[in-house]
Amino acid sequence: MRHLLAVSDLSRADVDRLLDLTDAFAEVGRRRVPKVPALQGRTVTWLFYEDSTRTRLSFEQAAKRLSADTLNFSVSSSSVRKGESLRDTVETIEAMGVDAIVVRHGSSGVPAQIARWVSASVVNAGDGWHEHPTQALLDCYTIRAHLGGLDGVRIAIVGDVAHSRVARSDVWAFALMGAEVTLVAPPTLLPPSVEGWPVRVGHDLDAVLPDVDVVYLLRMQRERMTEALVPSLREYSARFGLTGRRVEHMGDKALVMHPGPMNRGVEIAADVAELPRSVVVDQVRNGVAVRMAVLFELLGSGPIRPGGPG
Amino acid sequence: MAERERRQTPPFGGVFVARSQVLGRDDVRRAICRMAHEIVERNHGLDDVVLIGLQTGGVPFAEAMAEALDVIEGVRPDLGTLDVAFHRDDIGLRPVLPSTVTEIPWDLTGKVVVLVDDVLFTGRTIRAALDAVHTYGRPRAIELAVMIDRGHRELPIRPDFVGKNLPTRRDEAVNATLDCVELGEIHKERW
Amino acid sequence: MKGKSIVIRGGRVVDAGGERQADVVIEEGLVAAVGEGLSADVELDAGGCLVGPGLVDVHTHLRQPGKEEAETIETGARAAALGGYTCILAMPNTTPAIDSAGVAREVLELGRGAPCDVRTSAAITIGRQGTQLTPMAELGDLGVRFFTDDGSGVQDTRLMRRALEYSIGLGVTLAQHCEDEALAAGGHMNEGAVSARLGIPGQPAEAEELMVMRDIALARLTGARVHLQHLSTARSVELVARAKADGVAVTCEATPHHAILTDERCATYDPVFKVSPPLRTEADVATVRAGLADGTVDCIATDHAPHAPETKELPFDEAPPGMLGLETALALALTHLDLHPVRLFALLATVPARILGEADVHGGPIAAGRPANLCVVDPTAEWVVDPTRLASRSRNTPYAGMSLTGRVRHTVLNGEPVVVDGEAQR
Repeated sequence: MRHLLAVSDLSRADVDRLLDLTDAFAEVGRRRVPKVPALQGRTVTWLFYEDSTRTRLSFEQAAKRLSADTLNFSVSSSSVRKGESLRDTVETIEAMGVDAIVVRHGSSGVPAQIARWVSASVVNAGDGWHEHPTQALLDCYTIRAHLGGLDGVRIAIVGDVAHSRVARSDVWAFALMGAEVTLVAPPTLLPPSVEGWPVRVGHDLDAVLPDVDVVYLLRMQRERMTEALVPSLREYSARFGLTGRRVEHMGDKALVMHPGPMNRGVEIAADVAELPRSVVVDQVRNGVAVRMAVLFELLGSGPIRPGGPG
Repeated sequence: MAERERRQTPPFGGVFVARSQVLGRDDVRRAICRMAHEIVERNHGLDDVVLIGLQTGGVPFAEAMAEALDVIEGVRPDLGTLDVAFHRDDIGLRPVLPSTVTEIPWDLTGKVVVLVDDVLFTGRTIRAALDAVHTYGRPRAIELAVMIDRGHRELPIRPDFVGKNLPTRRDEAVNATLDCVELGEIHKERW
Repeated sequence: MKGKSIVIRGGRVVDAGGERQADVVIEEGLVAAVGEGLSADVELDAGGCLVGPGLVDVHTHLRQPGKEEAETIETGARAAALGGYTCILAMPNTTPAIDSAGVAREVLELGRGAPCDVRTSAAITIGRQGTQLTPMAELGDLGVRFFTDDGSGVQDTRLMRRALEYSIGLGVTLAQHCEDEALAAGGHMNEGAVSARLGIPGQPAEAEELMVMRDIALARLTGARVHLQHLSTARSVELVARAKADGVAVTCEATPHHAILTDERCATYDPVFKVSPPLRTEADVATVRAGLADGTVDCIATDHAPHAPETKELPFDEAPPGMLGLETALALALTHLDLHPVRLFALLATVPARILGEADVHGGPIAAGRPANLCVVDPTAEWVVDPTRLASRSRNTPYAGMSLTGRVRHTVLNGEPVVVDGEAQR
C-alpha cells in the first residue's frame, strides 16, 4: 500500500490487516517505554490546512512512538496560503526529503491530487466532506474490541451525513467489515443521492434505536443554521439528539460513539456522554495505535521505494 | 528456522526441503531438559527468572522449557512471547509484518530474562530482541537459550545455553521443532 | 503565397449541398473554381481528406485583456486555426469586461492580422454585474452582433426582459449562460450520485433548466430571438425542442465535452474536469448527442476556456472552471459523434456562421466567388492529445493522453493557408 487516501480504496483484507497491526501497536502503547525504532530515520510531515489539534497530536504521537522524525507545515505555523499552488507547496516539502505527508484540507480530493505529484506516501487526515480514513479504522477497531467483530453488527450513523467525511469513511468501512448501516438524519442533511451506498436511510431516530448495536453520532455544526438546513439547533436536538431518555430504549450492550469534539446538549446530552456505554475515550486512545499501524504499513512493511530519500 | 531462512519460505519464496535429520524427538527433549538444568544452575534457582519465547519459532521451545523447569524446581517461571518485528534492522529493505502480538505483561526491571529461540544464525533477531526487551524495563541480566546454534554470526552475539552446535554452510537451512531438527535447503518455487 | 493561385487537390468537398470528390482553386482570397482535375501555382495535398468550410466558434474565451498569462488573442487564434477554425467569437468576461466601445475596439484591434477571423461579443450588462444594460446600439455600430454576460447568467428577470425587447430591430442576438445562481450556489460539479460519493458540493441540473425555461418564456413574451449557450442537461434539450415546435425563436449550442464526458471524470478530483456548466450524467450526454444529430441543438461551440496551469493545480473547489477546446473539437466530433460529414460541418461551421451573421464570409457553401475560408481535415489520421504540444498558452485539456481519429491538415483563411500540413504558418 503506497497511500491511504480513502476507505473506498481498501479491501476487507486490507482493513483486517490494519486492525491486526493495530493490536500489535496497542501492545507497544502499554509498554513501560512505549516506543519502537521501526521508522527510525524516516520523516513524516504534517500538512494541515485545517486546524485540528486532536488529529494532529494523535498522528504525532504515533510517529514519535515509531521513532520517526516529524516536520510540521500546519497553517498556523507556516506560510501556507490559500491560492498558492498546491503543487508548489508539496514539491517544496518533498524536496526537503520526506517519506510521508499527512494531509488535512478543507477541500475534498486534495490528498488524491497531492499523491499524483509526490513520491512520498500520502495519508489523508481528512479532506473536505470526502473521507477521514484513519477515523473509520479506529472506529472499526473500537467496535471490534467491544463487540468482538463487525459482522452483522447493526450501526446507526446519526446526524449531518451530507457534510461529514467521517460518515462517508465509516459507511464504507463498516459495510466492508460486514456491518449493517442505517443513516438517520433529516433529508436536508443527507447527501443528494445515496445511490449505490450500502445503507438504509431513516428520518426517525426513535424508531431505529432499540434495534441497533452502535449509535454513531455526528457533530452538528452551528454553521448549518445559516444554510437553512435545519430550522434551529433546538429542533435538531429534539428530533435527533441522544438524550438520557432515548438511551433507555437502547439495547443493554449497545455502544455510543462520536468522532469528537462533542457538542454536549446538541447531538448528545452531557450525561449520556459520561455513560459507560459511551466509548469515545476508547476511540481517542485507539486512534494512536491505528495511526501507528497506518504509518508502519505505508513506510515500514515493504521495501523502500527506489528514488526515495536516502 | 532462523529469521533469514524464514524469509525465503512461504509466503515469501521457497520451500524447505530436508536432507537429513540431526536430532529426533527424544534428542530434543533431552537437550531441553539439560538446558533447563543449566539455567537453574547458572541462576541459582528461578527467582526473578522470566522466559521469553521469540517470534514464532522460539515459542514452543520456551513453553517446553517452562514445563521442564517446573518439573525440576517445582515452580513454573513467568513465560512471555516476543515478536521483534518492530525492532528489526531490515525494516524498509523487505516486507516486515509482525506474526503475533507480543505478550509481556510485566515490568522486566531487575529480572533475569532468558530469551528462548529455535535457531541462532546471524544474531540479528537477538539484537532486535535485546532492544525490544529494554522497552519493558531494565533487566538485571539477559541470557540466551537456543536449540540450535548454526554459526555464521554477523554481530557479536553468543548464546548462554545451546541444545546443539551444528556447523552449516551458509546456503543450507535448518528447521527445528519439538518433533525433530532437520538440515536441508530452501528450494525457490515459482507460484 | 500572395498573388499565387492555390489548388486543394484530391479531397472530398463537403458543404450544405452535399459531398463530392473535387479540387478547389483559390485566387485573390476567393474560391475560383471547384471541380475535378484542377491545377494552380501552389498545391495543397488533400488526398483522403474532407474539404469543408472553415469552422466557426460562437463561444471562445481569449482572455485578453486581463488574463494574458492564460491566453492571448494571438495564441487563441492560432489554436483555433490549428483546430480548423477560420472565425471565432470572443466572449466578454475579460478584465475589464467588453461592455463598452473602447474595450470592444481594443479586442478587435488585437485580433487584426491574427491567423483566424476574430469577432467579439459584448456583455449584456455593464461589468456583467446584471443591473444595467450596455450600449448595444453603439457596440452594434462597431460590428458587435452578439451579447452575453457569459461566465454568469442575467439573474434579474425584469432586466432580461428589457434587454430582449431592446435588442429587437438592432439585428443583434442575445445569448445566455443559463445558471440560476441561487440554486447553483456553492456547487462545483453536477449534483448527483457522483458528487455525493466524492463529497464535492454540487449544482443540480435544475439550476440550468430554470433559466432555460425562463428565457424561452421571455423570448415568447417579447418576440425576440435568444441563443442559449452550452446546454448540458437532457431536460434543457427537451425544453428547446418543445419551444422550437411552438415557434419560439430560440437557438442553442452544446460543447463537445458535454456530448462526450460525464461527471464520473471528476472522481480523480483533477480540476481539469471542472467546467461550467459541469459535466453531467450518462443520460444527459446521450440526449445532448441526440440533439446534435437531430438538429434540436443547432451547433457545436467549444467554450474554449484557458487557465494558467497553477490555477488548475488548486483544490477542486478552488480551481476556476473551464477546459480548452479549439484544437480538439473537430477531432472529437469525428471520433465520438457518429455524424454524416454534411451534418458535422453544419454543426461546426454553417449554422454558427449564420447565428453570428457571418454567413456571407464563413460557413460555406464552397463555390466560385465565395471567400476562401476552408478546413481540410483527414478523418482517419490518428493522434494522441499532448497538452504540452498545443498552441494554446494553457494546458487544461481534459483529453490529455486520449487517442483521437481526425486531424486538421490545412486551414485557409480568406484565401491564405494559415495552417499547412498541421503546422501553423504564423
